[in-house]
Amino acid sequence: MAKRTLRVGYPGNYREIEVDSPDAEPAPWDADSKLAVVGKRSPRLEGADKVTGKAKYTADVKLQGMLVARVLRSPYARATARSIGLAKALKMPGVKAAIEVEKEARYHGQAIAAVAAETEAQAEDAVAAIEVDWAVGEHVVDVEAARKPNAPRVHGGKNPNERGGEAQNTATEEACVTALKKSHATVDITFTTPVVTHSCLESHGSVARWESDGSLTVWDSTQSIFGVRDGLARGFQLPAEKVRVVKEHMGGGFGSKLGMGQHSMIAARLAREAKAPVKLMLTRKEEHLAGGNRPSSVQRVRAGADKDGKLTCLWLQSHGTGGINGGANCAGPLMSLYNCPVRRLWHADVITNASPAAAFRAPGHVQGMFALESTMDELAGKLGLDPIEFRKRNDQNEMRQAEYGEGAKMAGWEARAHLPNSGGRHKARGLGVSASIWGGGGAPGAQARCVISRDGAVEIQCGTQDIGTGTRTIIAMIAAEELGLKPEQVLVKLGDTTLPFSHGSGGSMTAPSVTPAVRAATAAARGRVFEACAKSLKADADNLTAKGGNVVAKGGASIPWAEACSKIAGANVSEQATRAQNFRGYKDGTAGCQFAEVEVDLETGHVQVLRVVAVHDCGRVVNPLLAESQINGGIIQGLSYALLEQRILDDATGRMMNANFSDYRIAGPKEIPEISVVLFDVSNGRTNTGVMGIGEPPIVPTPAAIANAVAHAIGKRITDLPITPDKILAALGKK
Amino acid sequence: MTSPFTFWDARTAEEAAALLSKKGAMALGGGVDLLGEMKEGIRAPEHIVNLRSIPGLDKIQKTDRGWRVGATALLTDIADHADLRKDLPGFAESAEAVATPQIRNQGTIGGNLAQRPRCWYYRAAEFACVKKGGKGCPAEKGENRYLAIFGDGPCHIVHPSDCAPMLVALDARLFLRGPDGARDLPIADFYELPSKNALCEFTLKPGEFIEAVEIPTALPRSTYVKIREKDSFDFAIAACAIAGKIDGDHFTDARVVLGGVAPVPWRSVTAEANLRKNTIADAVEPASNSATDGARPMSQNAWKIPMTKAAVARAIRSFLPR
Repeated sequence: MAKRTLRVGYPGNYREIEVDSPDAEPAPWDADSKLAVVGKRSPRLEGADKVTGKAKYTADVKLQGMLVARVLRSPYARATARSIGLAKALKMPGVKAAIEVEKEARYHGQAIAAVAAETEAQAEDAVAAIEVDWAVGEHVVDVEAARKPNAPRVHGGKNPNERGGEAQNTATEEACVTALKKSHATVDITFTTPVVTHSCLESHGSVARWESDGSLTVWDSTQSIFGVRDGLARGFQLPAEKVRVVKEHMGGGFGSKLGMGQHSMIAARLAREAKAPVKLMLTRKEEHLAGGNRPSSVQRVRAGADKDGKLTCLWLQSHGTGGINGGANCAGPLMSLYNCPVRRLWHADVITNASPAAAFRAPGHVQGMFALESTMDELAGKLGLDPIEFRKRNDQNEMRQAEYGEGAKMAGWEARAHLPNSGGRHKARGLGVSASIWGGGGAPGAQARCVISRDGAVEIQCGTQDIGTGTRTIIAMIAAEELGLKPEQVLVKLGDTTLPFSHGSGGSMTAPSVTPAVRAATAAARGRVFEACAKSLKADADNLTAKGGNVVAKGGASIPWAEACSKIAGANVSEQATRAQNFRGYKDGTAGCQFAEVEVDLETGHVQVLRVVAVHDCGRVVNPLLAESQINGGIIQGLSYALLEQRILDDATGRMMNANFSDYRIAGPKEIPEISVVLFDVSNGRTNTGVMGIGEPPIVPTPAAIANAVAHAIGKRITDLPITPDKILAALGKK
Repeated sequence: MTSPFTFWDARTAEEAAALLSKKGAMALGGGVDLLGEMKEGIRAPEHIVNLRSIPGLDKIQKTDRGWRVGATALLTDIADHADLRKDLPGFAESAEAVATPQIRNQGTIGGNLAQRPRCWYYRAAEFACVKKGGKGCPAEKGENRYLAIFGDGPCHIVHPSDCAPMLVALDARLFLRGPDGARDLPIADFYELPSKNALCEFTLKPGEFIEAVEIPTALPRSTYVKIREKDSFDFAIAACAIAGKIDGDHFTDARVVLGGVAPVPWRSVTAEANLRKNTIADAVEPASNSATDGARPMSQNAWKIPMTKAAVARAIRSFLPR
């Protein structure tokens, strides 16, 4: 380990710290680093391929002799298939294989059986011909009904549907009651949030092909190629190296594509039966029914503050449902964001006959932040304090304190009491704020290889995946920075398990996990080039640098990059590096805050979000264009959650009623506000790149900021998401 | 969409009527509605008869009786027709209020008027409700937040069309073509309440289809106000079509028709009376309040009452000098 001194912090607030970084790694970038490529706006390398249709997604994969699969799904929320008759389906034209998947249906849309046929239409016909003898059971989909002692047990047996209770090391009820009694101001509000589906534009899907040597190749729309590989290897009892998973491009995952999905196993099983490659892409309806979802929440928040505006107690009692499984805990923000002497958490997951939840962009935090930040505004109101002032008094994060300043200026917070109004007496405007909080620091273990050829070609090999965030581009930028080249001069190979290992892309971890490995591998390979060409420059390899497309010696002598590479003995140099542990650094999480300005139509209850100002930090910003793109996407998804989206289940049958994009409302062009992004530059000294993730942070504060803006506009608080017109009208007493 | 069907490009209206007389035949305009129904498995036509292949059926022309708009005229073309908009502003507005630009570029006026309801229970093959020939209405005790506040059942759909209420307000006539020749009727008579026929919202004899709609220009002032939950793409939560004549500060003739709140375009005679007997400014309150007289909300849809009032108020206010 080498001791290195780094300047960390943010503009106007830097300090020097000492970190231990591995000897083999290049010196970590810090606030003083002058970089040529990293930090510049740089278009996506695959952008042209995507807009011209040249980019191949899983759905575009076409193989010789490939069959198409379709899945029979349960029409019942709870039923047992006494028998599943495949014989008739197998005799249908074009049908090559049919398999049973599951006999116990515990939710509407659960996969029961599947077929593979030569065409999609044949496969659909065959699915319709499968004969199931159903015994329909009792279901429960309502979260409150499921909690009752006499409710049908979703997983059978005697286990109650409600599982959970008091958190560990939490304050007692008694301590909370005492703290609240002593408080100057208190609130007690119950917040509720709906189940929402991920609604990825590219559905879940796989193409599976068994090779002649008994190995399996799968093209999969996944956030985790190695996760799918390991899942399939377990499922078929194969050594992991006998399974190869490939994913070139992806049209959205948002957490629902972490790990292996059931469709991957189904496709591979059918391919084995049929002795032919099989493609299985879920339909839009199947995506809603079984593609994952964000759990609901019911959050009772009791909170208090003293007369100086310091929090005295935060007490969360919550439950929620992620269907047949999936944790609904959303206490993260409440338990971590503010200083508070007395904090209590009681939470239970409620199992219902609904499709299983999956990780969804900032799991728990979106629900939790809505409740916490709504509570903060209510308390600020009772204390007669400005909402930002109240937050600052309880927030020890200096980054967020500074971010509030920048955001408030941009959002026009000072004029909050006198917002203009375009619609006369029928409209009301409001301005709201919310804090953000997330990790996103990355993990050790990711690997990358840099191969530099005699002709100067540079290839980075890394078994990560670009889930649409631009990972491919930032990898090229990091390597180009190290080599004094342009990003388009670097060929990035990713999305294939034959490449060096990398983690699944979740938790905003990809950029911070992968970039340090890429930089270390590139620096090592560059060292090999310097050794090869040092003699030509009559210099020591240690005194060479790569910049502007040249290799330059200390004295000023230089040769072009390609010429330097021509000195390599043999075909190429190749170096691999593994991402080290995080250094102690400056801060291990991201802060951030958002401001939303809304206009509420008092006659119709319609909420129009006019503008969102988003201030976010993510360590070193590799490419502002891509970071802004992530922030735009997070805000739009958060707005959609705040105002529009909800899965609706019919209580009597347990069926989802709005499993399409007409009735499941997602924000469209007219709902999207003006978005102003401030990237708050932080030198965090945690890795050799100092990069942190920005995938999840921007969705965390949006719903809360919008809810607070609505409350500011109409003087009534909506505690139940989504904030649909009926709720506004009810709050305004309109009949 | 799995059952096989035969696809026909009709060349003339007569040929279309003959083809549509075949068992299991359905007319195709833009396909927006029909394809959705087939995909959901609630419609499986044996013959699909394309009407857009009939030359001239998409014509929009001024005649001595007003405007004649052919059944396959695109909603986009109606919305963008400058001369039509001058004479029938409300009709152009109603066409423009439909769905999204992509759908308006594909959707036809005939298809818009004969589209089927959006009720979730009707659209899901798993439910055998009264509209599909089964028994009862599962929405009565189920999800009814977007359903009707008017009508007597046994089915509680809302008519989904934006153009239909406007054309009822404008007193348009529909021209139908069938194997036995042509006939025409006031558009209001085209639609039927579920109490009369639960299976279908409109009256077409076997083989019949909409050939054209004729709109008189006798009511020069008109507007269509639609309230949506999601502005980018939504059916009406409530809508109000008004057509009439204005003399100075008041309406001398006025027809008020509500959309999105009843199984058929819902004429509000009380709102009309209030509109006629007051100045426009003074009519806003009484007309909008009386528009929901007689409404009987279901368990989840009482919010449509203030919505409907807002739509009416907004429509009336649009006639006030700015």
